Amino acid sequence: MLAPALLGLAIFFVYPLIASVYYSFTRFDLVSDPEFIGFRNYEYLFTKDPKVATAALNTLWFVLIMVPVKLLFAFFVANLLVRSRRGNGVWRTLYYLPALVPPVASVVAFVFLFNPGTGPVNTILKALGIHGPLWFNDPNLSKPTLLLLSIWVMGDVMIILLAGLLDVPRELYEAAGLDGANAAQKLRYVTLPTITPVLVFSLVTGIIAALQFFTEAAVASTVASGKAVVGEGTGSQLGYPNNSLLTYTQWLYVRGFGNYQLGYASALAVILFIVAAAFLVVLLRRVKAFTPEEATA
Amino acid sequence: MTSPTTWRRALAGAAAITTAALVLAGCTGTAGDQTIADKAPTELEGTVSFWHFFADREADVIQSVIDDFEAANPKVTVDVHSGQDDEKLQKAISAGTTVDLGMSYSTDIVGSFCNSGAFRDLGPYIDRDKVDLGQFTDTVKSYTEFDGVRCSMPVLTDVYALYYNEDLLNAAGFTEPPKTLSELEEMGLALTTYNDDGSIKTLGFNPLMGYYENSAAHLGPLASAQWLNDDGTSAVGSSDGWNELMEWQKAYVDEIGLDKLQAFTAGLGQEFSADNAFQTGQVALNLDGEYRTAFIDDQTPDLKYGTAPFPVVDSQPDLYGAGYITGNIAGISKGSKNPELAWALLKYLTTDTDAVVKLANGLKNVPSTHDALASPDLEVTPQFQVFLDIAANANTETTPPSPSGAGYQQSFGDYWDKYQQGQGGDLADGLKGVDKEINDALELVSGP
Repeated sequence: MLAPALLGLAIFFVYPLIASVYYSFTRFDLVSDPEFIGFRNYEYLFTKDPKVATAALNTLWFVLIMVPVKLLFAFFVANLLVRSRRGNGVWRTLYYLPALVPPVASVVAFVFLFNPGTGPVNTILKALGIHGPLWFNDPNLSKPTLLLLSIWVMGDVMIILLAGLLDVPRELYEAAGLDGANAAQKLRYVTLPTITPVLVFSLVTGIIAALQFFTEAAVASTVASGKAVVGEGTGSQLGYPNNSLLTYTQWLYVRGFGNYQLGYASALAVILFIVAAAFLVVLLRRVKAFTPEEATA
Repeated sequence: MTSPTTWRRALAGAAAITTAALVLAGCTGTAGDQTIADKAPTELEGTVSFWHFFADREADVIQSVIDDFEAANPKVTVDVHSGQDDEKLQKAISAGTTVDLGMSYSTDIVGSFCNSGAFRDLGPYIDRDKVDLGQFTDTVKSYTEFDGVRCSMPVLTDVYALYYNEDLLNAAGFTEPPKTLSELEEMGLALTTYNDDGSIKTLGFNPLMGYYENSAAHLGPLASAQWLNDDGTSAVGSSDGWNELMEWQKAYVDEIGLDKLQAFTAGLGQEFSADNAFQTGQVALNLDGEYRTAFIDDQTPDLKYGTAPFPVVDSQPDLYGAGYITGNIAGISKGSKNPELAWALLKYLTTDTDAVVKLANGLKNVPSTHDALASPDLEVTPQFQVFLDIAANANTETTPPSPSGAGYQQSFGDYWDKYQQGQGGDLADGLKGVDKEINDALELVSGP
């Protein structure tokens, strides 16, 4: 019964994983045979790679800032929608709709909106007497601007949290109310413990997605730079401005497919796998400690 | 409880998967037969797969020459894959996808593709068919081979120069284009206009690195700045030309203001659209390739413009007339199923004078053979003639092939980007840091 599933696991997970580990110890350009070079890829990664630290820190920013902020906004909106008494369907649709927009289209639209020279946002700010910033063209603001986009498309997380909130038994709130609990206490002692599995799911999938963050940042860099990609491939445009949007997976892609260093890119992939696994182990252990049933077990 | 038998089975399964994975991991795109026939076939027959990066109007030009090839060889079918960039080409070759002939937009991949064998050594074909390599200039020959292996042939060349808007220059009282970088800055600042709020309305010249074709590679020859030493290591930190170029560019950016330039640049149209800032008159002086003449003819035919060699550093005025040259290159893929056909098509595209002239006229690129350059059929406007002259200039230079591809240019470009933002620190130390980055990357790719 499980054979097809195991076969899929072996082909699409175990084999690529083992192959990546193997290639990470080789010099491999995709075309000629891999040449074993021991730990040199790892030595270069940890001691000489000029951009890996920048890419890792940018990715960490998305993990530590973007994921929690998006989750908080989604939770806030889901809470509002639970309390809504009229037009539930309309509000839910309106908040969820941006999540249906393809990522590339939404980023292109945001780069247009926030274009410092001709975009509507700075035009409005100018009318109000405010000198608008450079947004996607400013290394210090490019990530926060992308954060605005992620908040706009938080509908996917919001809908999961909304389902969780709607599942919280009403009688628990009534009982807490009879015991004199205020709104904050109801949130702390009723809502959060009940929807913890949903929150953990959203957090875990959010962190994994942030560790692999690629498309939105890549499109933002490419469009905001205003430079045409002729025949060199997308890898040449990643990171603009000033590598502020260069994520770890983008750097892995550039080294692997832009610079034809698949061996080194595999070493980057192995480290990413280890970091992602460590993140999740720590997170799940922390969550267990905060779950009342688990903590007292 | 798990039985010992179950554990043994699990271990055996894991070992089998690991072995299979390692065996499969060692498998790469198969190499084709590298031996060639003693004589070129008298009649060509079969299908040849041709991958190139051109799209839209330019792809039509390529197709018209392919049609001519098929008409001359009725038993041959060319399977054309347009819009394929270098990354896709590399992946397709490594995956064993049928790529017989591949074309790249740039010479940057030559070092990598020759080194890895992604493109075959063309030496045996050239020797057998007695192809005269003397029909190409030395610079063109140099960027189509690496480490003694000629794995590619030049398919036209791109040359970079200064475009200037005649109406805007005349209105400002200028009668001829600038010849040194100081003159360029003086003229550029005089041609720059501002809105009431202080933002830029029109720009004389945009000095920002990363804007359209502004790059280290395109500026280097204007200061005789060198990239690599003979042994392939970085020469960036020891070549004085880079210092002079970078200091001039940074001072120019600071004169106008980085924020103003970035805001203005962000509002400009895409480079290869009709909204190109030079074509719309938003920028009066622009660094660009000869192909821009075709875009202007096609998109803004009423624009009154001229071309001239790009201004050179003040310390080396004798360099005026030189510029950056590169070009499209093509080679036979490692896994080609029909290398003889691929070679026949490659030879046609790169050495047949009629084909080269037709491509040059259609793409408005500079021909790469002496015969095509001298052909009466080559359409030469006064603006285009400037590029032909630059191509023939002895000081015109290209970027050298390297096993790290364009990696060395990316390292330097990143530093220059930081430097123009005021985050580069001491220039001499920064360039030494670039040297180290390039050399470390080179060692990773080709070290012992």
